[in-house]
Amino acid sequence: MNVSVDYIAIFIQFLVGFGFVATTMVATHYLGPKRKTADKLASFECGIDSQGNARLPFSIKYFLTAILFVMFDVEVIFMYPWAVNFKELGSTGFIEMLLFIGTLLIGFAYIIKRGALKWE
Amino acid sequence: MGISQIIFYMLAAFTLLSALFVVFSKNPIYSVLWLILCFFSIAGHFVMLNAQFLAVVHIIVYSGAIMVLFLFTVMLLNLNSETEPHKPTLLKFAAVLSGGALFLIIIAAVRSTMPAPYVAPQLSEVGYVKNIGMKLYRDYTLPFEVASILFLSAMIGSVVLAKKERFN
Repeated sequence: MNVSVDYIAIFIQFLVGFGFVATTMVATHYLGPKRKTADKLASFECGIDSQGNARLPFSIKYFLTAILFVMFDVEVIFMYPWAVNFKELGSTGFIEMLLFIGTLLIGFAYIIKRGALKWE
Repeated sequence: MGISQIIFYMLAAFTLLSALFVVFSKNPIYSVLWLILCFFSIAGHFVMLNAQFLAVVHIIVYSGAIMVLFLFTVMLLNLNSETEPHKPTLLKFAAVLSGGALFLIIIAAVRSTMPAPYVAPQLSEVGYVKNIGMKLYRDYTLPFEVASILFLSAMIGSVVLAKKERFN
């Protein structure tokens, strides 16, 4: 366990990100005018009045899109260590990655063919 | 007590606290949000162990992608309080009894294990992205390729399960 100097930059970035959100939230709370009427406090200020509540079970299609996103997200993770070592691994690494991507492309072709991402 | 030890104890306390809040929150959405914080602090533990790649992947995959799926799963359920199932008292009693028995067994098991002497983790550099890549693509090629088969089956499985079959 060591605390490397390298992490100070990341720590500062976290601090800046968190600090920006916190300051803007506090600042808008104190700076902005407050008009609390029933219309202003509605979830949607304009358009059609909202009906019922938000706790409705929604379509599985969203879930399918999300789960396919996760699949390709994890696939990209595998590419980071490969890309860093691209030169050292040479053609062997390239063929390995081609096989990997090729298998996933079969899956992608299946998804497109079945129209899993189509919104009907 | 060194600075890394202080950071470790703070991180560990934060991890346990957020994990407890996951269990104790009444609202499942809050549970999911606490779980995201828990995952972030676990990523912090990975950084402390010099496993940077794992830390970043943990944030990207778990806090990013997996938690989206958790949130979706929560949303897929009908969470209206009217439809909340009320279990009979006998079932509640049985649940408390079996949970307590499990707790007792866990305590007994922990007490009977001999705590291994603490070994300070060796400061290895295998957790860096470059070294992990070398290991993965040189020595562990087959598991890597098998992972792609796993992805393929997961993709096809999710499409088959979620997509309505059309006969026309």
